[in-house]
Amino acid sequence: METRNVVFIALFAAIVAALAVFPPITLPLVGVPITAQSLGVMLAGGVLGAVRGGLAVVLFLVLVAIGLPLLAGGRGGFGVFLGPSGGFLVGWIVAAYAIGYMTERLWHRLNYLVAAGICFAGGVVLLYAIGVPWSAFVAEIPIGTALAGSLPFIPGDIIKCLIAAGVMVIVKRSYPIITPKSPAMPQTGM
Amino acid sequence: MIEFADVSVEKNGVPILKDITVRLSERRIGVIGRNGSGKSTFARLFNGIEAPSAGTVTLNGVTERKALRRHVGFVFQNPDNQIVYPIVSEDLAFGLKNLKLPRDETQARIDEVLARFDLAHLRDRFTHQLSGGEKQMVALAGVLVMRPTMIVLDEPTTLLDLWNKRKFMAAIDALDEPVVVVSHDLDLLGHFDRVLHIEDGSIAGDGRPGPVLARYVAGSQC
Amino acid sequence: MLTDLYVFGDSPLHRTRPVVKITALVVFCSTLFIVEGWASVLVAGALVVTGFAVAGLKPRHAFVSVRPALWILAAIFAVQAYLTDVVFAGFVVARFVVLILAAALVTLTTRTSEFVDGILSALTYAPAWVPKEQIALAISLCLRFIPLVRAVLEDVRQAQSARGLDRNLTALLVPLVVRTLKTADEVSQAVYSRSFD
Ligand SMILES: Nc1ncnc2c1ncn2[C@@H]1O[C@H](COP(=O)(O)OP(=O)(O)OP(=O)(O)O)[C@@H](O)[C@H]1O
Ligand SMILES: [Mg+2]
Repeated sequence: METRNVVFIALFAAIVAALAVFPPITLPLVGVPITAQSLGVMLAGGVLGAVRGGLAVVLFLVLVAIGLPLLAGGRGGFGVFLGPSGGFLVGWIVAAYAIGYMTERLWHRLNYLVAAGICFAGGVVLLYAIGVPWSAFVAEIPIGTALAGSLPFIPGDIIKCLIAAGVMVIVKRSYPIITPKSPAMPQTGM
Repeated sequence: MIEFADVSVEKNGVPILKDITVRLSERRIGVIGRNGSGKSTFARLFNGIEAPSAGTVTLNGVTERKALRRHVGFVFQNPDNQIVYPIVSEDLAFGLKNLKLPRDETQARIDEVLARFDLAHLRDRFTHQLSGGEKQMVALAGVLVMRPTMIVLDEPTTLLDLWNKRKFMAAIDALDEPVVVVSHDLDLLGHFDRVLHIEDGSIAGDGRPGPVLARYVAGSQC
Repeated sequence: MLTDLYVFGDSPLHRTRPVVKITALVVFCSTLFIVEGWASVLVAGALVVTGFAVAGLKPRHAFVSVRPALWILAAIFAVQAYLTDVVFAGFVVARFVVLILAAALVTLTTRTSEFVDGILSALTYAPAWVPKEQIALAISLCLRFIPLVRAVLEDVRQAQSARGLDRNLTALLVPLVVRTLKTADEVSQAVYSRSFD
């Protein structure tokens, strides 16, 4: 792998870590806090693409696992993966990869709505498809119950999709990093 | 001696440097020019960070881009982007790792370069906690520890205060290696051996600092 | 630099090699899921409590480790009590607590730098196709740049708050991301110019 890609991976992992210091915004209706960190995960895929985005999240989670309190609220260590919502953390890797993959495929058609759709598919649908059964398994509750328990987080996650999509399309115009996988069109970039 | 023969650089079809031909053998060379004139692109050609679209860069007979890197050290404007390791001594060891030196030789070289600039007390500090002046000195040390044939510095003092700027330039003046300094600060270049003025991707002025700087200043006043 | 969750101490647990502790943790957790029941949870719980005592850790450390999961554990308890019975609900929650505390025991007695050294030395035994140098570089760079990206974020936040945009996440994230990408480009030039491969 090229050095430049290693640096992108490391610095994006640092962005995800830095976003933990953001004060969580609490949604008025459901009272569930939104943290900016999973926004960083969506952006890792949407800005760096599948492989680099996924690896950035892997690197971030490795640093969390080995004892750095980099998750929102100063959490860290192996314990965060063993709690009931550990699947959502592991799912971040898949979400970033999937968002990156779809962004690469749809690069030339990427507008705000497409980007929001990509983030929703990868950062909500797919993420919950991993996180919910995982918590159902470790907490030994029916999947339906686990899903119901996760519903309050969905409005916040949708808001994050909308924000991430806006950032993705602006960064695409001002500092594109992704080399698209879709049928070639004249491409400007570095 | 470094020689540029008909060197051009294009990016995305835009010509950035046009047919630069110049031979440099002086010990202290300054580069001036307006924002966007192509100074950084020019500087990055010295050690192969930038590849010419046409023409060749030759340092003492070496033209291969990767080999140039081995001989020419590069100091960036912002030391934060140059220091890659969390601890000073680790960062200084970074380039040396590639030389596959024995461990104590590596340590000896690090200690030597730190002593040379009175930086021994920074050895085990975290790099992100250093002051701007200390960081730029560490960045320079990281380059010198590789024992380059020559050193290129791209606006190395812009982020430094007056004191650190003086200190840094004193360190540069004391170097035995030939240096090339890109700077907007004309005071720094007054006592150099030669100054190049880059304008719009070409060399618009070249010679002793006095006349070149005077013409550059006059040009800015119309 | 970045403070880790390590709690200073000089117990046998502190001195055990990270790789041994991680292996033990994996075995411990799997066993708890394979051998289900109050008996195994109680034995495991006793082991963890002994571990905390040996490592010289306080009840406070245990509480801090479990606290973030407290609400969700309470919810799970309620759901399980409703769906099955209180005894099983207690078992599920107790198992979580034991798992989390066992993990905390590893985290609290091992410095992050020991793990990093462990990873790096494990890499020297990795097969040739593993990009060892790049992995090592990525870890170091990330540790180096977290404080810097935090500073950039703070910088951007102040700039945007001067424009009344400090609650606008897009206005914060775009400059943060673009500045970081630009930094990354220059950092990779620096890495390139400082290494020879
Ligand atoms: N990737 C690129 N694509 C197109 N143009 C580029 C690219 N990179 C740089 N340029 C252009 O090349 C020109 C020269 O850039 P360079 O960085 O060498 O200027 P400079 O003299 O160092 O300016 P400054 O004093 O601001 O540092 C600028 O006009 C810049 O816009
Ligand atoms: Mg420049």
